[in-house]
Amino acid sequence: MEKLDGLGIVLALLGAVLAALLAGMGSAKGVGLAGQAAAGVTTEDPSKFSKVLILQLLPGTQGIYGLLIAFIALTQIGVLGGSSDISFAKGLLYFAACMPMAIVGYFSAVKQAEASVASIALVSKKPDQFGKAMIFPAMVETYAILALLISILAITPIAGLNI
Amino acid sequence: MAVLQMQRINICALRKDRKQILESLQRMGVVEVSDQTSQDAVFHKVDVETQQDILEKQLSRVNEAQRILNERVPKKKSLTETLNGRTIIETNDYTKLYETNDEALHVAKKIITLDKTIAETKIEILKLQAVIEMIKPWEGFDLSFDFKGTKTTVAFIGTLPSEWTLDALREVLVDIDSVDISIVSASKIQTNIFVLALKQDEQRVGELLRGIGFSYPSLQISKPPAKYKEEIFAKIDKQNQMLEESVQQLEDLSKQRQLLQWTQDYLKMRCDKYEVITKLQHSKSSFLLSGFIPEQKSAVLEKEIGEKFDVVIDFQKPDENEDVPVVLKNNAFATPLEGTLQSFSLPGKGEMDPTMPMAIFYYVLFGLMLSDAVYGLIMVLACGGVLLKFNKKLEEGTKNAAKMFFYCGVSTTFWGVMFGSYLGDIVNVASETFFGKLVYIKPLWFEPVKDPMRMLVFSMVLGLIHLFTGLALKAYQCIKNKDFAGVIYDCLFWFMLLIGSVGALMNVPTFTKTIGVSIQMPNIVSKGFAVMAVIGAIGILLTNGRESKNPFKRFLKGLYALYGITGYLSDVLSYSRLLALGLATGVICTVINKMAAMTAKGPIGVVIFIIIVFFGHVLNIAINALGAYVHTTRLQYVEFFGKFYEGGGRPFEPFRANTKYFKFKESK
Repeated sequence: MEKLDGLGIVLALLGAVLAALLAGMGSAKGVGLAGQAAAGVTTEDPSKFSKVLILQLLPGTQGIYGLLIAFIALTQIGVLGGSSDISFAKGLLYFAACMPMAIVGYFSAVKQAEASVASIALVSKKPDQFGKAMIFPAMVETYAILALLISILAITPIAGLNI
Repeated sequence: MAVLQMQRINICALRKDRKQILESLQRMGVVEVSDQTSQDAVFHKVDVETQQDILEKQLSRVNEAQRILNERVPKKKSLTETLNGRTIIETNDYTKLYETNDEALHVAKKIITLDKTIAETKIEILKLQAVIEMIKPWEGFDLSFDFKGTKTTVAFIGTLPSEWTLDALREVLVDIDSVDISIVSASKIQTNIFVLALKQDEQRVGELLRGIGFSYPSLQISKPPAKYKEEIFAKIDKQNQMLEESVQQLEDLSKQRQLLQWTQDYLKMRCDKYEVITKLQHSKSSFLLSGFIPEQKSAVLEKEIGEKFDVVIDFQKPDENEDVPVVLKNNAFATPLEGTLQSFSLPGKGEMDPTMPMAIFYYVLFGLMLSDAVYGLIMVLACGGVLLKFNKKLEEGTKNAAKMFFYCGVSTTFWGVMFGSYLGDIVNVASETFFGKLVYIKPLWFEPVKDPMRMLVFSMVLGLIHLFTGLALKAYQCIKNKDFAGVIYDCLFWFMLLIGSVGALMNVPTFTKTIGVSIQMPNIVSKGFAVMAVIGAIGILLTNGRESKNPFKRFLKGLYALYGITGYLSDVLSYSRLLALGLATGVICTVINKMAAMTAKGPIGVVIFIIIVFFGHVLNIAINALGAYVHTTRLQYVEFFGKFYEGGGRPFEPFRANTKYFKFKESK
C-alpha cells in the first residue's frame, strides 16, 4: 500500500481535472447549442437579443461549478502552494468526491441546453413569457447544484481524515 | 400589498362630445373598455371600418418610412437617451399633430419613393457592370458588331466555344482560298474571332464556322466596343450620381425623424380610439361606454369627465362571475417585483397579492447568492446613480428594474459584510502581495468557504422559513375566503407535521452531529414534537381527500397527500443552491485574485494585477448576478408559489396612450 502512495496526488489531480474538464465540456456543448438557436431568433428579431442571451448562458454554469470544484480540490491537495503529500487512499477519496460534479455536470449541461433551446423557441414566439421560459432550464440545473453540493461536502473533510 | 378593487363603470354621454371624452379617457388611461355585444332598438354599434382602414394604411406607411430611415440612415440611441425615456409633450402640442399629419404622410411617401429609387438605381448599376464584363474580351476590336462586310466581302464576328489558335482555325477553313482570320481574344472558355471572307464564300464559311460552334455575340451594339464601354461608364457615373443624390435626400429627410415618430404614435392612438369606438353602443345622439376602473381612480375620472361634459357616470360593484381584470398596488419597496409576479401570473379570483412577502425573500435570497460587499456596492451605486440622475424621466419598466437591483445590491452588500467577502479575499491577497503583511477583514458572522456545512444548514433553515411563510399565506388566503376547514386541514396539519418532524429530528444524534448543532431538549419536548408530527400526519391522511365521498378513495387520496412530505423534503434541499451559488461567487473571486497575485511581479506587476482583477471581477459579477437572478426567481416561482399561489388573473389593459416616443403632460 505504501508503494502506491506516490499515486495519491495523481488520482486527486485527475479528479480535479475531470471535474473542470467534463463539466466544462458539457457547458461548452450546451452554450454552443443554445447559441445557435439564439442566433437564429436574433436574425428574425434583434430586439430579443438580451432575452435569448440569458437563456443561452443558463447551461454555462456547470462549467463554472466544475472550475469551482477543481479549484477547491487543487487547493486542498496542495497543488496550489503547500505540501502535496497525499496517501493513496486520500487521493482516491478526492477522485471520488470530484466525480458527481464531473459526470452530472456534463450531462445536466447538455440536457439543460436542450431545455434552453426549447425555451428560446418559446421566447421567440411569446416574448412576454420570458419569466416562465427561464424556469424550464433552471429546473435542470437543480441537479448540477445538488452534485456540486455533494462534491463540496465530500471534498472539505478529506484533508482532516487520518488515512 | 393589495389587489386593487375594481369597479364597473358606465358612461352615457352625447355623441358630439365623443371625440373629447375618448381623448381624455385615453390620456388618463384608467378605464378598460369592454366590448358590449347586446344590441337593441335604441342602441346599436356603429361601423367605422372605413376610417380604421385609412388610419391603418397611414400608420403602415409611416412605419415603413421609419423602417427605411432606420435601415438607410441608422441613428444610434445612446444609453443616456434610453434612460431619458420618452419625450414629454403637452396636450396642446398633441392637437397640433393633427395639423402636421399630412406633412408627415408626405414625408413618409417621399422616403418610400426614394427607397425604391435607390434600390432600382443599384440594380441598374449592377446591370451596366455586367455589360462591361461582357464587353471586356472585345475591347481590342475596333469595328462595331453590326459590321456585315464590304461590297465584296462578308464579315463574321462572333464567339467560339473553348480555346482556339489561329493555326487550328486555318485548318478548319483550309478549303477557302482567300479568307482573313483574326482572333480578338481567347480564353479557356471562349475565343472571340473576326473572319473576313469573299461574298461568294459566305455560305461555305458560315457552315464551316457553325460546324465548330460559332455564334454571334449576344450584345447588339452599333459602336466599336471600346467606345461603347465609355458610354456605359458614363451611364454608371450618372446612376451613381443619382444614387448619391437620393441618399443625400434621404439623409435630409431623416431630420424629420421625430415628426415621423410622433405621427406614428399619433396614428397609433387614433387607431386605438377607433378600436374603442367599435366597442361602444350608440343611439342617435348619445353613446354608451362600459368598462372597468380601479376604485381609487373613479374620483379623478368623475372630475375630469363629469364636470366638463354632459354625462351620466355610474359605478357598480362587479358581479361575482365577471372576468375582472387585476391591478396591483404596492409600496415602493415591493413594486419593482410586480413585473416578476406578473411574468408568473397575476392573482386569480380570491387570491391575495403576494408581492410584498415575495419581495422581502427575493432581496434576501438574491443577496445570499451573490454575497459580496463590493459587488453589492457596485450595484447600489450604479442603480442609485441612474435613479437619482434620471428619476423623473425613466420609463416605468427601467425604473423598476433599477430599483429592484438597488435593493438586491443592498442585500448583497449586507451578506458580503456578514460573510467577510470584499471582492472575495482581495484584501488578504493584495496586502500580502504588495505589502508583505497579511491584512484580514473578519467576517461579521462566518466564512461560508471555510465552513460550508454551517452555510448549508443556514440555507435550509432559511428555506424552511420561506416555505412556512408560503404555508401561512395559504392559511391567510383560506381565512379571507372563509374556508376555515382549509385552514385546519391544508395548513395547520401540515404545520404540525413539518414542525413536529423537524423538532423530532433535532433529537436524533446522527442528524444533529451532521449539521453541527447540539440542542439538548428535555425528553418530554421531543416526545411532544413526535406526537405533534403524528397528529399532523393522521389529520392529513383523513382530511386531504375530503372532496371524495367514497371513504376508500378518500383514504387513498389522503395517503397520496401525505406522500407530499417528500415534496417538502426536496423543496428544502433545493435551497442548498444558496450555498452553491454563494460559494461559486466566493471561489471564483479567489481564483481571479490568485491569478492576479501570481502575475503581480516586477515593476509593472501592479498594473497587471489591477487589469486582471478588473476584468475578472466584471466577468464574475455578470455571470453570478445572472445566476442569482435566475435562481432567486426559481425559488419564488417553484418552491414559494407552489405552496399557496396559482394565479390566473387577467391583467388590466386600460384604454390609454400606447405610445413609443412621447408621453403626455396635461397642459393647464
